[in-house]
Amino acid sequence: MPPVTLRLKEPLTGVPLEAESISPDLFADRSREEIEALPVAWGNEAHRLGDFFQVDGERSEEIEVEGPIGRVKWVGSAMTRGRIVVHGDVGMHAGSYMRGGEILIEGNAADFLGVEMEGGLIHVKGNAGHRAGAAYRGSKYGMRGGIILIEGNVAHEVGAYMRRGLIVITGNAEDFLGARMAAGTICLFGQAGLRTGGGMQKGTIVCMRPVELLPTFAYDCTYAPVFLRILFKGLKHLGVQTPPGATDGSWRRYHGDLADVGKGEILIPA
Amino acid sequence: MGSSLKIVGGEVYDPANGINGAVKEIYVQDGKIVEACREPSGVIDATNLVVMPGGVDIHTHIASSAVNAARGFRPEDHRHGLIAKKPGIRSGVGFTVPSTFATGYLYTKMGYTTVMEAANAPIGVRHTHEELIDTPILDKGLYILMGNNEFILKYLKAGEMEKVKRYVAWLIRSLKGYGIKLVNPGGVEQWKYGKDVEGLDDKVYYFDVTPRQILKALAWTNESLGLPHPIHLHANRLGIPNNYLTTLETMHALEGFRLHMAHIQFHSYGGENWGGFCSKAAEVAEYINTHPHITTDIGQVVFGDATTITADGPWQYRLYKLSKNKWYNQDVEVETGCGIVPYVYREKNYVNAIQWAIGLELFLLIQDPWRVSLSTDHPNGGAFIFYPWVIKLLMDKEFRSEMLKRVHKRVLSDTTLPNLDREYTLSEIAIITRAGPARALGLTRKGHLGVGADADITIYLKDSDREQMFEHPIYVLKDGVVVLREGELVGSRDGKLLFVVPPDVGEMDPEFKTEFENFYTIEYENFPIDAEDIPNREAIPAGASR
Repeated sequence: MPPVTLRLKEPLTGVPLEAESISPDLFADRSREEIEALPVAWGNEAHRLGDFFQVDGERSEEIEVEGPIGRVKWVGSAMTRGRIVVHGDVGMHAGSYMRGGEILIEGNAADFLGVEMEGGLIHVKGNAGHRAGAAYRGSKYGMRGGIILIEGNVAHEVGAYMRRGLIVITGNAEDFLGARMAAGTICLFGQAGLRTGGGMQKGTIVCMRPVELLPTFAYDCTYAPVFLRILFKGLKHLGVQTPPGATDGSWRRYHGDLADVGKGEILIPA
Repeated sequence: MGSSLKIVGGEVYDPANGINGAVKEIYVQDGKIVEACREPSGVIDATNLVVMPGGVDIHTHIASSAVNAARGFRPEDHRHGLIAKKPGIRSGVGFTVPSTFATGYLYTKMGYTTVMEAANAPIGVRHTHEELIDTPILDKGLYILMGNNEFILKYLKAGEMEKVKRYVAWLIRSLKGYGIKLVNPGGVEQWKYGKDVEGLDDKVYYFDVTPRQILKALAWTNESLGLPHPIHLHANRLGIPNNYLTTLETMHALEGFRLHMAHIQFHSYGGENWGGFCSKAAEVAEYINTHPHITTDIGQVVFGDATTITADGPWQYRLYKLSKNKWYNQDVEVETGCGIVPYVYREKNYVNAIQWAIGLELFLLIQDPWRVSLSTDHPNGGAFIFYPWVIKLLMDKEFRSEMLKRVHKRVLSDTTLPNLDREYTLSEIAIITRAGPARALGLTRKGHLGVGADADITIYLKDSDREQMFEHPIYVLKDGVVVLREGELVGSRDGKLLFVVPPDVGEMDPEFKTEFENFYTIEYENFPIDAEDIPNREAIPAGASR
């Protein structure tokens, strides 16, 4: 099946568009007219998807969006299968609650990327905003499974409250990376901000560069964990190049946050 | 000409007037039920339908500064239960702590028309009134927390009972309250020093009074002021294994007084610790069966998401330690405390399953339905929207057996629930959801369909699936006006506040004002609430002193 292509009729400025209906689950069994009739919200007004997008193709689990759609929110939210490719930037909440399938974003992603996702793969070629893979406000757990790959930088509180799954950040992160994490793995190639792993209970944060740790993290040992070699091998399959030397060195392990459960770990190259 | 209405052909369940399924015509004029009216302007054909008075909830938490704190504390709760705006209907959100408009609509959709907000710190009552005014359709009342009030403790320490009485009357009169609520009497005050009371004779720090003294003093005050509702008691040691001993002791200590034991399910636990946690429903039910001075609501546990909100600070700390969920704790000036912890009741969790079974055991073992009210202690045991599910459990033995197979297997061996064959009849359900609570509250115009009653009427479709039946009434009338038809809200209207006017027992002393201003964050003059601030209200006179 050729993919369904979406093209914004006019660039969106001002009020953003909320388009949960851009999802392979909904496109798979719908004709072009039916896809155009899918509901979207523009401010407090209800509209049709076709009012904003030129739709080509039908009945496909693959969606291509000609970007940038930085003001279109909730793309691929709660999707369970198929693939979405965005040629350009994407708006907030992309891939939130996602349970399966794949989203490829060739530009930057805004805040709340893949929040509370349970499965699937999100691959961002650019940067991502705040709270990627984290929890929505109030929720006990954030991301519960799946993989988020970000080739650029990320902002604050990425992976906060994370419960399971993997986040890989090739660039730098800002403050509170993996804050209050309950489990899962975050792999950061660049520089971390302040209070990395603050309040973390369990889970693993791998930092490839030296990082300023909170005083509530305690040094354990220097070792060469086997799982990292397996992790990096897996990343290679996903097309992520690990920095040279990362795969065969030894690592310093710190555990914390001792102000909380304290069973989390932060690994830093020795 | 006022509006008038005739309901014909319906099977009427009005246990307060001894009507049990008879087909009977009901006439409504100007919001009241009347003997007959000559030319009714409307007729509702209720053939094959069941007609009952509107539901009355004796214990729920739907408004107050604590509930509002829980709303803010649980944004995740407000991602569920969206209610869209329609002409005449406001939008709303929320599941365990719904917004005010949503609360009014959800109760109405279930056929309830009167609810009692069960815990209000005096200083938060102005806020509660603001929320209740915004809670549409329902008639509401509120109980005022007094079990840990430092003025009362101080008067008790000095043995000045007349001052206690004057102060309680002053509180109810100035705050437009309905009754006296006690939450863990003495224990919340003790919590301000990091402890709880262990039993009825533990002394409260500094004040040197015991929970027993507080209970007796307020029960006596309640009777001597002639308030329509007994003291509404959340007893000491809620939720703790082996607390049934305290519960029995409390009920025993208050013999001779009327007493409403709130959410008694949470007070009927045995076992030395959580590992030995077991049901003592039989003992508690036996006591209630033999002591007619007690009324109770159950506080049934419903599986799924709940928000525990209570003034019982020490218990909330324990629950936070048990559940590791987020925790909110507050010291409310000289009055009480507050704690909030989200909680999930799970079918396969041993303790939760036993709690669920204890609630049902109590429902089934307490013989007199007039003294049992249906409640989930919303939202502590679960959201009120699950009342129909509880009704199905009570009316349908088979459904109960099915549930027993799903919950933790120790319920089968450790409780008497599998051996209880009782099934509630429709009439008994009408008692525990309407007539009984109205009687316990002393509301003479609620919970029945006799002449002079408020025309709050719910009409259900007879369905063998009782959950379906009670979840989707066909008609709901509030003050004689149809607010719900065919399961859809057709219009909203304002409900009224029900408040008690206590008898005049004298003014507060002049030094009380000085003390008040020394300890409170607000001015003495700003504390009382002007009746004019509450647009729709009905004063309920206090009865004779007992």
